[in-house]
Amino acid sequence: MIRLEKRKEPSKFWRIANPFLAVVLTMLAGGVMFAMLGKDPIVAIRLIFFDPIFSETFGSYSRPQLLIKSAPLILIAVGLAIGFKANVWNIGAEGQYIIGALFGAGVALAFFPAPGAHIFPLMVLAGALGGFLWAMIPAILKTRFNTNEILVSLLLVYVAERILAAMALGLMRNPDIAGFPGSRDLRRYEAAHNAELFAGTGIHWGVVAALIAVIFAYAMMTRHMLGFHIQLAGQAPRAARFGGVAPARLVVICLGIAGALAGLAGMFEVSGPGGQVRIEFASGYGFTAIIVAFLGRLNPFGIVLAGLLLGLTYIGGELGQMMLQLPGAAIQVFQGMLLFFLLALDFQTNYRLRLTKGVRA
Amino acid sequence: MILGSINPAVLMAALMVAATPILLAAIGELVVEKAGVLNLGVEGMMIMGACVGFIIAVNTGSPFIGFIGAALGGIALSLLFALLTQALMTNQVASGLALTLFGLGLTALLGQQYVGITPPRTPKLDLGPLSDIPFLGRALFTHDIVVYLTIALVGAVWWFLKYSRAGMILRAVGENHDAAHALGYHVKRVRVLAIMFGGACAGLGGAYLSLIRVPQWTEGMTVGAGWIALALVVFASWRPWRAMAGAYLFGGIVVLQLNLQAAGVRIPVEYLSMSPYLITILVLVIISSGKGRGLNAPGSLNKPFHASS
Repeated sequence: MIRLEKRKEPSKFWRIANPFLAVVLTMLAGGVMFAMLGKDPIVAIRLIFFDPIFSETFGSYSRPQLLIKSAPLILIAVGLAIGFKANVWNIGAEGQYIIGALFGAGVALAFFPAPGAHIFPLMVLAGALGGFLWAMIPAILKTRFNTNEILVSLLLVYVAERILAAMALGLMRNPDIAGFPGSRDLRRYEAAHNAELFAGTGIHWGVVAALIAVIFAYAMMTRHMLGFHIQLAGQAPRAARFGGVAPARLVVICLGIAGALAGLAGMFEVSGPGGQVRIEFASGYGFTAIIVAFLGRLNPFGIVLAGLLLGLTYIGGELGQMMLQLPGAAIQVFQGMLLFFLLALDFQTNYRLRLTKGVRA
Repeated sequence: MILGSINPAVLMAALMVAATPILLAAIGELVVEKAGVLNLGVEGMMIMGACVGFIIAVNTGSPFIGFIGAALGGIALSLLFALLTQALMTNQVASGLALTLFGLGLTALLGQQYVGITPPRTPKLDLGPLSDIPFLGRALFTHDIVVYLTIALVGAVWWFLKYSRAGMILRAVGENHDAAHALGYHVKRVRVLAIMFGGACAGLGGAYLSLIRVPQWTEGMTVGAGWIALALVVFASWRPWRAMAGAYLFGGIVVLQLNLQAAGVRIPVEYLSMSPYLITILVLVIISSGKGRGLNAPGSLNKPFHASS
């Protein structure tokens, strides 16, 4: 008879190996899905995972896109991972991303059309602040009233989406073009434009910020007392309390960091690749970042790899839509499958299959 | 006076319709949580039901078969969750999230060719003279059968949990799975069955949205109804009748807000339409802050169970 036996310690090998295995399994299952959609699976998988980087025809377009798509994912996921480690489940990053973008764009539009080197830094601060404040709602409700942060942060996404729509149609609408929703194009406003720093690379300030966040998060989690407290609170909450870790403070810190980073991601997006406050501005980065955080094993450097991979699927998905008329939603299914396979495979990190003789109750 | 244009009987009738999908999903999740499992995939299972139910109803021409398909679709997705959390011992929060993300993507893919189609109509239940009663007739007795079956389901779940032996076993498993296991109950079997029931209910709730309430299929059309159902379970302190009261309260807010939009109140639509979410949060805060009484949450909720010997 086969049974599961809990390992004394989680297997290090499987912890590292599982994400890669999950990607392979997702490719296989994705291939089956594409075949069922009537597309050549090998061509589709190639198009999604290899052509964005290696193709000669569209590589020059899609290579810079890789960093543009991955940077917000990495920025958000790094913040989420810190919370997930401490068992603080912020799943409303999408809302924090939207509010950060609105705060950043708000500063830019307030200064328009004045020039000045102070405007962009102010926007960065405003973006971080916006995400931070939005994340403080679930944080304070959790610490003050013991309200479930999962539900509150998620419900606030829907609220943020409606605020975004209200802004695009009302307060932030471009007054120069009558009848169209959407704000001024920030890419045409030099002082506020989050431009490409090196031509043709896709590197903008958001990419730089993501790198800094990764390094800081790594240092904090491994070298700083706070990081130790976070890990302790997640793995042994009782021990953490005896050790003098205040759970309420950790909730505020974890949600605050994640909110600020998500807000930054939104701000860099709206002032650069996104360009303007539009109803369709939010593209699900906040939700995909949850997958990125898990796939990267909640480790900052792992998250870089995972972020690049999921960024790749975004571009590959766009290529698939253009070249193979793949439905856009196929990529979402792909990303969902990835998380399923990863979670499923992880049982062998903590358990092992044992063959035993006879039946034991 | 704009508020004068709102007819209370019509409002009451619309409220019952608006409450039904979330009540269905919530009553299913309530049973799941009573068994000690937190399934955050309600939104995913709901949209699955909405999509599968719609597709089947359009192709067969029968809303009834559509609803059955929706329940099966919800169960299929919930079995994925059961496999992950019960057999493979994964984290319930992460697995539930995965279920929601996967469900949203999969249905966007499945339902592509069905956008903009009108589904077959679900007939109203003919209640004869009852619906001729002034006010009450219009408010309570002009609905389709699902509205009444949902109320019956709430009663059945209440009876099941409170008086039946199986219901007591389910509660025992949810309160203390180690003790239940020691008494010889099959913790995992009970939980898998509860998860399947939750999936079926969420699927039915979703189908009610796409087949009756809206009635149409659009990508991501549940817009958070599953999450509101989850909040409703907390609000109800895991009591079936309270879940129904909560759902009707919530339905009232949704309908009132829609009526205000239609009546042309000078508040932008975007702000009115965020009110259901804000009020859900507010209610959650009020309920969770009630100290002393305790939240009545099942003792083993969201704790993994692994029989060590």
